[in-house]
Amino acid sequence: MLQIENLRASIGGKEILRGVNLEVHAGEVHAVMGPNGSGKSTLAQVLAGRESYDVTGKVLYEGEDLLALSPEERAAAGVFLAFQYPVEIPGVGNLYFVRTALNSLRRQQGLDELDAIDFLSLAKERMRLVEMDESFMGRSVNEGFSGGEKKRNEIFQMAVLEPKLAILDETDSGLDIDALRVVAQGVNALRSEGRAMLVITHYQRLLDYIVPDVVHVFADGQIVRSGDKDLALELEQHGYADLEQRATLASAAAPVVGATS
Amino acid sequence: MTDVSSEVREFASREYQYGFVTDLETDVAPRGLNEDVIRLISSKKNEPDWMLEWRLKAYRGWLTMEEPTWQKANYAPIDYQDIIYYAAPKPKVALTSLDEVDPEVLAMFDKLGISLAEQERLSGVAVDAIVDSVSVATTFKEKLADVGVIFCSFSEAVQCHPELVKRYLGTVVPRRDNFFAALNSAVFSDGSFCFIPKGVRCPMELSTYFRINAADTGQFERTLIIAEEGASVSYLEGCTAPMRDTNQLHAAVVELVALDDAQIKYSTVQNWYPGDAEGRGGIYNFVTKRGKCAGVNSKISWTQVETGSAITWKYPGVILQGDNSVGEFYSVALTANHQQADTGTKMIHIGKNTSSTIVSKAISAGHGQNTYRGLVKVLDSASGARNHTQCDSLLLGGDCGAHTFPYVEVKNPTAQVEHEASTSKIGEDQLFYCRQRGIPEEDAVSMIVNGFCREVFKELPMEFAVEAQKLLSVSLEGSVG
Ligand SMILES: Nc1ncnc2c1ncn2[C@@H]1O[C@H](COP(=O)(O)OP(=O)(O)OP(=O)(O)O)[C@@H](O)[C@H]1O
Ligand SMILES: [Mg+2]
Repeated sequence: MLQIENLRASIGGKEILRGVNLEVHAGEVHAVMGPNGSGKSTLAQVLAGRESYDVTGKVLYEGEDLLALSPEERAAAGVFLAFQYPVEIPGVGNLYFVRTALNSLRRQQGLDELDAIDFLSLAKERMRLVEMDESFMGRSVNEGFSGGEKKRNEIFQMAVLEPKLAILDETDSGLDIDALRVVAQGVNALRSEGRAMLVITHYQRLLDYIVPDVVHVFADGQIVRSGDKDLALELEQHGYADLEQRATLASAAAPVVGATS
Repeated sequence: MTDVSSEVREFASREYQYGFVTDLETDVAPRGLNEDVIRLISSKKNEPDWMLEWRLKAYRGWLTMEEPTWQKANYAPIDYQDIIYYAAPKPKVALTSLDEVDPEVLAMFDKLGISLAEQERLSGVAVDAIVDSVSVATTFKEKLADVGVIFCSFSEAVQCHPELVKRYLGTVVPRRDNFFAALNSAVFSDGSFCFIPKGVRCPMELSTYFRINAADTGQFERTLIIAEEGASVSYLEGCTAPMRDTNQLHAAVVELVALDDAQIKYSTVQNWYPGDAEGRGGIYNFVTKRGKCAGVNSKISWTQVETGSAITWKYPGVILQGDNSVGEFYSVALTANHQQADTGTKMIHIGKNTSSTIVSKAISAGHGQNTYRGLVKVLDSASGARNHTQCDSLLLGGDCGAHTFPYVEVKNPTAQVEHEASTSKIGEDQLFYCRQRGIPEEDAVSMIVNGFCREVFKELPMEFAVEAQKLLSVSLEGSVG
């Protein structure tokens, strides 16, 4: 589904992604872990089409050149990013926003737009899935939402938009135990044969709920190690300290090919 | 005065001779302004002597006044002698129903998506359509007449309700209020007149669409709305103008009078031709709008959405004379390309416990320059006066500008005056967030901008709010990227 080869991204002359290689198949969940500032969010943003970076390398998504598409085209192709820092949009109603998003996607996909009534019943069902109170729907997008509420809102949007490739950037950070369960529930509900997920996280505890097929360690703009779910446990115990060295070794050698299951 | 051709003189005097005008071949005044042109306008309208005198006094006052230069706008000097001060389409007979309206005029309204027929049928709005200075259609008159509401063209009011016009005209905006108001007072061509008698809630929203039709024709509307004791009315004004090569002057005057317990809500969507992308052409919109809360517990509320015109110069204000009276001003002003807007409000607190609210949202794109200029004045008589002002500016791109000039004069120590201001750039983060969700960039921009304006739009009557949002999106097209 997703093939990343030697992806490099820099901003203001500073190289942040330094040759990322990764392959994700449909049906898989990959976890990405790694120290602060190592470039995880940058990877997520570049995949979603953020224009502020200079990007080289190759990204194939369902056989197509993902980097050639605009952000909205990527969204229409099924790419979704749950932001690490969801943005506030004052004055724009949350439900209105999600409906506009869904109908924009449907239009681009050549489908009929959902009318207000059909949309509302879909939205209500998905609100229940993420246990979100209806009072959030009339409020402006993320405005005045608490950190956890914003994250939950991202999962709500994901549940409505039903992407094929979901990238969750630290959606678990700042969540209480109940919210964590809810987020996991949303993710697991979406998990299916045809879909894949890239879950960026700092914590093993999310991976107790969302069991990943592959775990990658990201350091200094590269994937330095890949393994199965036990790798996350290992990291939890030993931290990233000795991984830095491996990164140096890895960049000296041939590019590391991301493990696949 | 001098320099008027003998032909015009003859023409003008013929009008005096016959007293009123029918079947004129050409209904266009000669270029330029002098007392003869004013006499011509007045005679074409068959006005009584007092009206002509009023105009002439205004004209003589105007001659002594200087065009203001303090506003933040740059434009080439206006040659007031190169303007045609009166032009009328040629209605064959007086119109009593829409069927009699020139099909071309109707088609023009259709193109704007505001067909009279549809409005009449769907929304129960009475429409007094003004095309090039002369009313061509007035609907729902009977229904209004049943409750005693007068809603007609200004010219008709001068003929049929001279005592009301005489009593209120110029009581809010005096003839010599300012350069442009004086000019308007001298040469106003037509406009609307509304009178809501004591205790009557106007049963429908009253609406007027203005449109400039003939090239090089200045527009000088005059509107007067009076709500007697306990009366209330909501009035909608909307305008659009077609493409033009040369700049056109538009200097309207609107006066509102609210007596005890009366309420007037005045909403405007202004979409005059803004000029092309290089800033050529476009309307100069120099408007004087003012309301007077003459009675106790009265309320006047201005809501405006200004997206058009090359230059907008406009400060709808409220004189809060009656105790406990309330003044409101909600404004969205958008400037794109090379548009310049200098707009705001004046709230003059005279009565006790008077309160005013100002919410201004300015959006600048392209090379647009947007200025908020507001005055809050609390006289020493106005104990317990309150004002809250909020001015927010949104910038799209790096070549535009937003400026805020709040003037506050407080003479009474018990007054509370609050001012909040913010300036923000449309966030790349916000745009990316929307686009990541599949919303194309232009839609995302208009959504964010509409969100920014929500506080103002919610003050507009429903159908106007929808139109305003559309307008904003259209006006922003191509201004981002
Ligand atoms: N606009 C920018 N200009 C300069 N440096 C930037 C810019 N944007 C990001 N960076 C740098 O790129 C590096 C990677 O940032 P990124 O947000 O991708 O890290 P991350 O792995 O997601 O970290 P965290 O775990 O803290 O979320 C950081 O050092 C950051 O400071
Ligand atoms: Mg991050």
